[in-house]
Amino acid sequence: MTEHAEAAPRLTRRQRRRMILGGEYGIFVVAVVLLVSLANWGALKTNFAEWRVAKTLFPDIITVALRNTLLFTVTGFALGLAAGLVLALMRLSSVPPYRWFAIAYIEVFRGLPALLIFIFVGTGVPLAFPGVNFPGGVYGQAALALGAVSAAYMAETIRAGIEAVPRGQMEAARTLGMSHGRAMRSIIIPQALRIVIPPLTNELVLLFKDSSLALYLGVTLQQRELSKLAQDVTGQQGNTTPIIVAALCYLIITIPLGHLARRLEARQKRGQR
Amino acid sequence: MTTVNTTAAVQVAGLQKAFGDLEVLRGIDFEVARGEVVCIIGPSGSGKSTLLRCVNLLEEPTAGKVYVGGVELTDPDVDIDAARRRVGMVFQQFNLFPHLSVLGNVTIAQRKVLRRSADEADRIARDNLARVGLADKVDAYPAQLSGGQQQRVAIARALAMGPDVMLFDEPTSALDPELVGDVLGVMRRLALEGMTMLVVTHEMSFAREVADRVVFMDGGVIVEEGPPSKVIGDPTHERTRTFLSRVLDPAAAEVEE
Repeated sequence: MTEHAEAAPRLTRRQRRRMILGGEYGIFVVAVVLLVSLANWGALKTNFAEWRVAKTLFPDIITVALRNTLLFTVTGFALGLAAGLVLALMRLSSVPPYRWFAIAYIEVFRGLPALLIFIFVGTGVPLAFPGVNFPGGVYGQAALALGAVSAAYMAETIRAGIEAVPRGQMEAARTLGMSHGRAMRSIIIPQALRIVIPPLTNELVLLFKDSSLALYLGVTLQQRELSKLAQDVTGQQGNTTPIIVAALCYLIITIPLGHLARRLEARQKRGQR
Repeated sequence: MTTVNTTAAVQVAGLQKAFGDLEVLRGIDFEVARGEVVCIIGPSGSGKSTLLRCVNLLEEPTAGKVYVGGVELTDPDVDIDAARRRVGMVFQQFNLFPHLSVLGNVTIAQRKVLRRSADEADRIARDNLARVGLADKVDAYPAQLSGGQQQRVAIARALAMGPDVMLFDEPTSALDPELVGDVLGVMRRLALEGMTMLVVTHEMSFAREVADRVVFMDGGVIVEEGPPSKVIGDPTHERTRTFLSRVLDPAAAEVEE
C-alpha cells in the first residue's frame, strides 16, 4: 500500500484524507436514503405513531404507570442502598462469618437474572410461606425484589468506595481518639459515599429499567407500571404505539440521569488533586 | 527489668517490631521527659517512623512496652481510644479530612470524642487555628489550601484535643521548600510554649536549634543520642557521621560502585 502510494504520488496527503472522509460521509448518506425510500412509512406510522391510540394512554401513563415505575425504583433503591451498605461493611468485617455471608449473598444475587428474583418473590414466597403478607402488597414485593438485586451490586460499589479512601484518613481519625466505628461513621463512609455517587446514579438508571419486571408480580390495574400498561394497551388495540410512548417515558428519565452521572463523575475527577 | 517512670511523658522499653520476617525495630529503650523536645533522625528504613507510630499504637509492637504519662498502652486491656486522646499526631501527608471544612476538621473529634458543645469546640478550634496563623481560613476546604497551610491545620486539629504529647512524623517532607518555614515556625513556638514533642525529621537546622535531645537511629536500633551539639555537631559513631554528611551536603555524597 505505502509502497504503491510512494511509487505513484498522484494525490497529496491532504487530498487523500479529504477523499477518505468524503467516502465515509457518502456511505452514511446512501444508507439513510435507502432506509427512507424502502421503509413503508404508512405502516410504520399506523403501528408506531398512531395519535388516536397514543391519546388513549393519557393521563394514566403518567398518573399511574410512570408514578408506579418511579415508586418501585425509589423504594427498591432505598432498600438496596441500605442493604448494600450493610453488606459492604460485612464484606470488610474482621469477623469471618460476616464476610462469608456477604460474599455468598453478592455472588448469588449478582449471578441470577433479576426476572428469576421477581418470580421467586411474586410466586415462590407466597407458595412457600402461605399467609405471609408483604407490607404494601405488590409495592413491598417490588421494593424487596429490586432491593435484593441492587443490594448485591451496590455492596460491591460501596466496598470499592470505602477501600478508595486513603488509609491515612482512618489513622488520623484513630489518632484523634475516635473508635473504629466512629471513624467509619464520621470520616470514612461520608467520603466513600461521595466517591460512589456517580456509579450509584448509574445503578439507579439500571433499577429504573428493571422495575419493568414488576409486571411478573401479578398487578392490578392501578398497580401497573410503564411496561405493563404499554403491553396491555398494545394487546387491546392491536397497535404498537403504546410501546413507543412508554419507551419515551423511560428515556425522559434515564437520559438526564445518565448525563447527571457523567457530570458528577467529571466533577469528581476535577476535584481530585 | 525496666521500671515505670511516672514522671516521663513517654517511656519505651524493649520495643521490637517486625513486619513478617522484616525486623524494623530491634529493642528500643528511651524516654521523653515532660516538656522535652526530642528529634529522631536517621536514614530512611531505619525504623524511626515505625517507632513513632508505635508510641500511639498505630503499629502494634511485636514485643516491649510503651507508656504514655505512666499508662501502659501495650496493656491489652487499656482503653486505647482514651489513651490516644492524650497523644496528638501530625503526619507527613497531613491527612486532613477532605469532606470537612477547616473548622469541621478541627471540631469533629472535639465534638464526637470529647463531647464538647458546638460553641466550646468552635471557640477552641478558632483559638488553635489562630495559634498556627490560619484564623482567616476557618471556612476553607483542605483542597483550597497550600501544603503548608494544610499541615498547620493538622497541627491545630491535634492541639485542639489538648494533648500531653505531640508526635510529628516527617511533618515537612511533603512540602515545597518555601513552605517548610511556616510549619517549622509553628513547631518552634510550640516547643517554646513547653509542649512535649517527639519529632521525626530530616530538618537538621530545626533539630539543632529546637531539640533538647537528638536520637540517631539506624538499622532498627538507637545508635547514639544526646544534645544536638553533640549528636549533630560532634557525632561519636561513624554511621552518624556518614548519615549527617549525606544530609548536610548531599552534593558531595559519593556514589557507591
